[in-house]
Amino acid sequence: MIKLRKWMVGAAVLGMSSAMTPAQAKDLTLCWAAWDPANALVELSKDFTTKTGIAMKFEFVPWTSFADRFMNELNSKGKLCDLLIGDSQWIGGAAENGHYVKLNDFFAKEGIKMSDFMPATVTGYSEWPKNTPNYWALPAMGDSVGWAYRKDWFSRPELRAEFKKKYGHDLVPPQTWAEFKQIAEFFQARDIDGKKVYGAYIFTERGSEGITMGVTNVLYPYGFKYEDPKQPYHMQGFVNSAGAVQGLEFYKALYKCCTAPGLTNAYMSEGLDAFKSGQVAMMMNWFAFFPGLYKDPNVGGAKIGFFVNPSEKTRGVQLGGQGISVVSYSERKDDALKYIKWFAQTDVQKKWWSLGGYSCSKAVLQDPNFPKSAPFAADFLKSMEMVQDFWAEPTYATLLLDMQKRIHDYVVADKGTAKEALDLLITDWTKVFKEEGKLK
Amino acid sequence: MLPACSFPVASIVNDSSAVTQIARRAALSTPAQIRRGLRGLSDRAITWIFILPTIILLLAINIFPLIWTIYLSFTNFRANRTSRATEWVGLDNYRSVLTDPDIWRSMQVTANFVIWSIGIELVLGFALALLIDKRFRGHSLWTTVILLPMMLSPAVVGTFWTFLFQPQTGLFNYTVAFLSGVDPSSFQMIGDVPLAPWAIVLVDAWMWTPYVMLICLAGLRSIPDSIYEAAEVDRASSWRQFWTVTVPMVLPFLMLAVLFRAIENFKMFDMVNLLTSGGPGSTTEVVSITLKREAFEKWRTGYSSALGIILFVTVFGAANIYVKALNAMKNR
Repeated sequence: MIKLRKWMVGAAVLGMSSAMTPAQAKDLTLCWAAWDPANALVELSKDFTTKTGIAMKFEFVPWTSFADRFMNELNSKGKLCDLLIGDSQWIGGAAENGHYVKLNDFFAKEGIKMSDFMPATVTGYSEWPKNTPNYWALPAMGDSVGWAYRKDWFSRPELRAEFKKKYGHDLVPPQTWAEFKQIAEFFQARDIDGKKVYGAYIFTERGSEGITMGVTNVLYPYGFKYEDPKQPYHMQGFVNSAGAVQGLEFYKALYKCCTAPGLTNAYMSEGLDAFKSGQVAMMMNWFAFFPGLYKDPNVGGAKIGFFVNPSEKTRGVQLGGQGISVVSYSERKDDALKYIKWFAQTDVQKKWWSLGGYSCSKAVLQDPNFPKSAPFAADFLKSMEMVQDFWAEPTYATLLLDMQKRIHDYVVADKGTAKEALDLLITDWTKVFKEEGKLK
Repeated sequence: MLPACSFPVASIVNDSSAVTQIARRAALSTPAQIRRGLRGLSDRAITWIFILPTIILLLAINIFPLIWTIYLSFTNFRANRTSRATEWVGLDNYRSVLTDPDIWRSMQVTANFVIWSIGIELVLGFALALLIDKRFRGHSLWTTVILLPMMLSPAVVGTFWTFLFQPQTGLFNYTVAFLSGVDPSSFQMIGDVPLAPWAIVLVDAWMWTPYVMLICLAGLRSIPDSIYEAAEVDRASSWRQFWTVTVPMVLPFLMLAVLFRAIENFKMFDMVNLLTSGGPGSTTEVVSITLKREAFEKWRTGYSSALGIILFVTVFGAANIYVKALNAMKNR
């Protein structure tokens, strides 16, 4: 019995010591999505390790399970991530529930100024409540939806001539959604080099955020607004305005007329596959993927071009991107803050852009040479001037899933009319805001 | 080498029954210190020592979460807003669930999926069992081949059927096109509203028909040959033998298969999630997907707990009624 007791005590001591040691020996862990810019960040962070001696570890999760995985981690007060590059919509919930460390004092102490970063990215990635000087993240990865197109197809004389004859203007990247649809219809089911190709690739994914991140790029230019600017959370006549209804109908028309068969549940990676395999003329996707696409041996280089989201009644495009935050449950908050201080430096931001990350620093983006630094750089700048984001409320997940359901039901599953879908969306969102006590 | 024995084992040493031999070996191999500790304990106490760990585990893993879920279902708790005060809301969550048209829609989708998939699996599984029971040449090999799909993980099945159903590159579409002459990209099994529910039924039937077949085969093999011999003496035709001997004798097994598959399919999640994510729109959103979205994406923990309890009571109640009917049938 004494022997057994000794064993138990020994095991307990061993267990306690092993539970205590990782806090000292553990690497600084940065959590993000598994995609091209994450690889660039791994490369960039080697400089941080060299400079400070702090070893870095990375936890990257595919986009489709990114929110599930890290929201679970935050909600369970997990210690896995010291630094988290979380989605822009998480900022409200993460701030109100104490998941992120508030960075105002740290920024003041270290002389990090938010005025050094592009205003849209500060509002989108750092502030909660919005438009107040309360900062929970440093803008890390600027992003928005943009378009890649087959420049080589657009420049073929026979196609240009045929297009001009049919539509009366040149086959060039579209400025408006009406022009976009003409081009998409022109290429749809066309035989190019013995292969059947399709007009456009748009987001239709149902499970996470795909179709919402796609449809908003049409809704914003058609006049959709989330709420009455004078009466917050009042949505009647804004979410379901005549323009918004028209925009939703347009997205469905685009889905029906000009996309490849089987595009019923597709998001970023399916779009990249479709474009890289030479199936589509124009592809909706995030700017973050464009450096990789430009380097693609089959469709990159001279074969690819980029353009900003078309306008219609007004300009607008969906904001992507993320800020980098310190997780409040981290046992290495000081080291995490050191990383943020290092990352905010201008020379690091310049290198970040050169490696394929999208810096939000004015020093990088307002450099006169920036627009010419990459084929998509000028369009990125234009896009960042017209970005709009989804709700960043603490209940954003519920709001997002409601929109996913209503839009997918209408666009892909042919259920009801555009007006009915947007009316139902208002009903859903009103219920959420009433539960939250933000609407009476 | 066995440790020195101070336990009074003399009385059992000469007993030759197998059970006694095992007890003797156990007694001899028990360390002396433990034997001394156990000597003063009653049989009842020893029984408790053995079953207590299991009871504790059961309480921790099953009973406590169930009770906790019942409690949460009466509150407005959200697992992502732990800093907010939790309020008792009475039956509000139950009222919301039961009056939510989207929940009823997903219950309807689930019912359709359960009924059609089980119906197809029963017919095909029984037919395959009759075939395999004939013991033709190579039947063992075919049995193994038929059983392969049920050995796969539903996640794997969901993933590869997604590829098979691709309109442009999928083998399924090409096979249908080859046999019917239609354009393979003219239909989308998991993208078209009328076809998507059938796609999940088809994949479930492909995967689980072998399971039903196995149960039916067990039923067929349990029928004594003498009954068929007696039927033949009475000059009953094969058709008559099938309806008056085979079907009634296999029926309890079929009902058992229905019970197992119905419980499984009622809570089906992984395969449907991978195939369609509940889409297009909400066409294939079975209730388990709705539950997951409410609980772990919208984080409406109180509401989803109420939904979980309602589903539990539904399945538990239906299964009990069914088992009673099954017992009544067996007693006839």
